[in-house]
Amino acid sequence: MRSTAITASPRRVRPRMSHPALAVPLLVYLAAFYGYPVAAMLFRSIAEPSWTIENFVKIFETPVFLYVLWLTFRVALVVTFISLLLGFPVAYLLARMDRAKANLLMMLVLLPFWTSILVRTYAWMVLLGRQGIVNQFLQWLGAIDAPIRLLNTTFAVYVAMVHILLPFMILPLYSAIRGIDGNLLRAAEGLGARPIAVFRQIVLPMSLPGISAGCLLVFILALGFFITPALVGGPRDLMIAVLIQQQVELFNWPFASALAALLLAAALSVFLVLAKRLGIEKAIGRARQ
Amino acid sequence: MRDSEESAVRMRAKRPRRGRTSRGLAAVAGLVFLYLVFPILIVIPLSFSSGTYLSFPPPGFSLHWYQNFFGRSDWLDAAYLSIWIGGAVMCLATVLGAPAAIALVRSRFPGKNLLVGFIISPLIAPVIVLAIGIYFFYARLGLVGNPFGLVIAHTCLAVPFVVINVSAALQGFDERLEHAAMNLGATPWRTFWQVTFPIIRPGVFAGALFAFISSFDELVVALFVSGSTAVTLPRKMWESIRFEIDPTIAAVSTILVVLTGLMFLSAELLRRRSERLRSSLALPDAPRGEALPEGTPVI
Repeated sequence: MRSTAITASPRRVRPRMSHPALAVPLLVYLAAFYGYPVAAMLFRSIAEPSWTIENFVKIFETPVFLYVLWLTFRVALVVTFISLLLGFPVAYLLARMDRAKANLLMMLVLLPFWTSILVRTYAWMVLLGRQGIVNQFLQWLGAIDAPIRLLNTTFAVYVAMVHILLPFMILPLYSAIRGIDGNLLRAAEGLGARPIAVFRQIVLPMSLPGISAGCLLVFILALGFFITPALVGGPRDLMIAVLIQQQVELFNWPFASALAALLLAAALSVFLVLAKRLGIEKAIGRARQ
Repeated sequence: MRDSEESAVRMRAKRPRRGRTSRGLAAVAGLVFLYLVFPILIVIPLSFSSGTYLSFPPPGFSLHWYQNFFGRSDWLDAAYLSIWIGGAVMCLATVLGAPAAIALVRSRFPGKNLLVGFIISPLIAPVIVLAIGIYFFYARLGLVGNPFGLVIAHTCLAVPFVVINVSAALQGFDERLEHAAMNLGATPWRTFWQVTFPIIRPGVFAGALFAFISSFDELVVALFVSGSTAVTLPRKMWESIRFEIDPTIAAVSTILVVLTGLMFLSAELLRRRSERLRSSLALPDAPRGEALPEGTPVI
């Protein structure tokens, strides 16, 4: 990688601008204030009240907790799928535009990306409320006679979570589709392929790395969502992060730790799949910009 | 260059069937853009409402809710605290993260990927996991409700942004510029401040900015760790949304949307400047990093 021509003269060792030791302060800091607390919490899940796997057994033996696991998994899966469905056309359109225009439109994706999750969730509470704009609009259309319940439903959870996670899908899709050589598409069209065939035989297979990166990323982030389901979900939409918070408030710390261990294990294993597919640095780069 | 060539070819190859497909695509994409942006914009007119409840359209214009925000000490204190914590996190994360990024980009050693993974993992791991880990830890140390406790915890979450942005600025950095400086007799310290830092500066600033925003926005850790004595702005907003839901929260949201927009724009400008600096300051036939699509701030 580095040019070797200059270094060929053996007179003295070239002083390097950097040294691995520069990373030590950060590593010590993270080990003390991030690694240790999380490790201690994980330890608590098997060491309290005494050495036991009771906490984990309890999760899998209680129907309510099993339901929470299933619901969390289902919500994450549905949100991932809808994000892919909505994100793909946008990414495709942007990737086929010339760069100046695409950069401008990309702002529309990146601005919500950087707006506080709390603000975005609150906006959906306003939109979906009983007197909210969506209800008024539907009444104006004549689709419904009286306001219907939209807020505090699973529907609201889906709408708000997809809204928040969509940029995480669009960004990796965009860079994957950008990488497709336009000549391939033109050649296929020139040879008479219909748009569907071009899509299925060229665009889809060649954007697969972007699709898997985006899907895995959205899925991981959706698994651990807390703020949005807590605010717009109904009493039955209890996702695992919300359950963890409730258990902490009830002082069931070892049990909350067991739930957290499970969530962390799920997120990490999905992430390892992502890292394996893309190489760790790329996977990390795509994780969040 | 290749782009204009491409679009020229596309011009010639335009066909009616393709036009219809892309018009359909544009319509779908337009709706998705609307879905992305509309909810954020809708908060703005609500914040100027004269009604006491969140009804739409607003019954009249008033600045009442802004007065409420700027006149109530609980809101202002929360805002000051968040700014203070965000600033401290920004400094700490930059001081820790920037040197680490330089070390990690420039050196090779076994287990490096694992270390990078560990440093970046606060972005991937569910925040609730970190939040309760830190909560249990602080409960024992008596740090719950202490603003310094929040600074310490938020720094763990903010550091990856600095590391990612500084690493990006260092990709394709022509190291021969440094060798030249040192061959001319500059000390490593001087070389860093006079050659390296000016080139990576936009990346460092962008990382610092993102670190600030990430702390300023952070709610989950704050919910557990802030107690009743270190109430940050997101925490105050959370309580307001849950218990008093009046348009003050719309006013706060509007202020935040505008502020984030401005900060985001400056970070984006910094990033572009960093790209320009790198390409204009590289020596001829310098090793270049892989060209990334603009608008995707991937590391």
